[in-house]
Amino acid sequence: MTTRTALELRDAALRYGRRTLWSGLNLRVEAGEFVAVLGANGSGKTSFLRAVLGLQPLDCGTLLVAGHPPRQRRDDVGYVPQQRHIDPLVPLRVRDVVGQGLDGHRWGTGWPSPGRRRRIDEVLAAVGATRFADMPIGLLSGGEQQRVRIAQALVADPKLLLCDEPLLSLDMRSQRTVTALVDSRRRGSDTAVVFVTHEINPVLPYVDRVLYLAGGQFRIGSVDQVLNSATLSELYGMPIEVLHTGGRIIVAGLPETASDAHHAPSIA
Amino acid sequence: MTGSGVWDQIFNFADYPQLLALVHNSLIAGAILGVVGGLISTFVMKRDLPFAVHSISELSFAGASGALLLGVNVVAGSLFGSILAAVVIGALGTRARDRNSIIGVLMPFGLGLGVLFLALYKGRSANKFGLLTGQIVAVDTPQLSWLIATSAIVLLGLALIWRPLSFASTDPELAAARGVPVAALSTAFMLLLGLTVAMSVQIVGALLVLSIVCTPAAAAMRVTASPLLVTLLSVVFAVGSMVGGILLALGSTIPISPYVTTISFTIYLVCRLVGFYRGKHGWSRPLRPLPGVHGATV
Repeated sequence: MTTRTALELRDAALRYGRRTLWSGLNLRVEAGEFVAVLGANGSGKTSFLRAVLGLQPLDCGTLLVAGHPPRQRRDDVGYVPQQRHIDPLVPLRVRDVVGQGLDGHRWGTGWPSPGRRRRIDEVLAAVGATRFADMPIGLLSGGEQQRVRIAQALVADPKLLLCDEPLLSLDMRSQRTVTALVDSRRRGSDTAVVFVTHEINPVLPYVDRVLYLAGGQFRIGSVDQVLNSATLSELYGMPIEVLHTGGRIIVAGLPETASDAHHAPSIA
Repeated sequence: MTGSGVWDQIFNFADYPQLLALVHNSLIAGAILGVVGGLISTFVMKRDLPFAVHSISELSFAGASGALLLGVNVVAGSLFGSILAAVVIGALGTRARDRNSIIGVLMPFGLGLGVLFLALYKGRSANKFGLLTGQIVAVDTPQLSWLIATSAIVLLGLALIWRPLSFASTDPELAAARGVPVAALSTAFMLLLGLTVAMSVQIVGALLVLSIVCTPAAAAMRVTASPLLVTLLSVVFAVGSMVGGILLALGSTIPISPYVTTISFTIYLVCRLVGFYRGKHGWSRPLRPLPGVHGATV
């Protein structure tokens, strides 16, 4: 079966105990589409990611990655995690990190081969990381590490690129580099992108649609359809002001903490 | 006693060829242990487990001394202790903080048990001391076959899980996302580690296991970040310390362990110096400017 749909959720629900993170979620992400997943802390963004990765089963509904259940074909999903501190002594060079994305999950010892090396060099060149290919990963800057993470996610040629706050703790220039890399990949290879973030502005130029999670509910639509005062006020059950200024979107009046976001709708 | 008298006790190469023939088994045992220890130590370092190794070796010591007291197979006792400790640490300590406290609790208990058993034991005192500081010069043929069999199990196990274990050790989150059974691999590794420690306790003694199961990779990681080179160097360092230690200890009246630990430590010092130099003068080849995305540079 060939399909253009990279990710499909039908009537999907996820609960933690009695708390519903989201339910009745229907979402189709087509090849080459860029979907941003937004929402407060604790709104279920991370659980959404875990469900797509097959690490967390849905409570009901169906989830398909490129037409298959998530655990079936791991290479279909490339995962870019948050930037974290990596100890400078970790015995991995940049090319080894990328290699782990290719075959790190397979049994056995693995042997170097010219084809494997070529593939790693190709993808490192594609993200502009060739010049630090033989550096220990722990000696790179945060922005450089995230480039390597993208190469690692792309090396197995996925149909869906799943990014979990990849811009967190990066400076502006690195943020632009990383988002541009992700965008060029989806344009060049038609890879779908699901980009979990708490900050829409760095990805605003690229986003096709937004999935906004809050307080057990969600909205899906274009940036303008979702990120406006009326929709967010309804979602949070309290007045929220959305301002467009100088090509940026500023959301004012969001509840400060995660627990506020959960309880707000039940009070309203 | 004169200074040269002490020196003769430490280094004495009289009758060397005859002595060498006697330690044939020990040399083989040392080399095997070096290979296994060198390989295992790379994961001990990647998974930040040196403290756990120390605790496992002390439980192993308690098991061995218990076996000595009861008159049963010392090797079996040592294996029982180390595998028990490895499994407990693996099962209870998934987070680093938990793990360290469990280890801190287990370690004195293991050592205390061992001391108790040895105090009750009325046999040869050389047996007692050997468990703590090593007794390689006395490796007999049944012991050697046991050592070879255990090493074969550890090497096969490591070969099977090498790649996913490396992935899970250096990046557990991403490994899990790629479907690597991170928790199961952790348990499997702790079992292999338990076997290796039990083996090492027999040869270098409980107190000095770390010089074989931690120092070699710690040294190698100072001079290279290439996983293949780290592995090779680690094995070379471990085998070098073991075999070198045996050869130096041969004519002396002193246990094997100070020789092994001193060689091991010296290698580490040299590697740190080399690593320091490399850190100052750059890791990679000269940087060539390459067009990055949006012209971004370092």
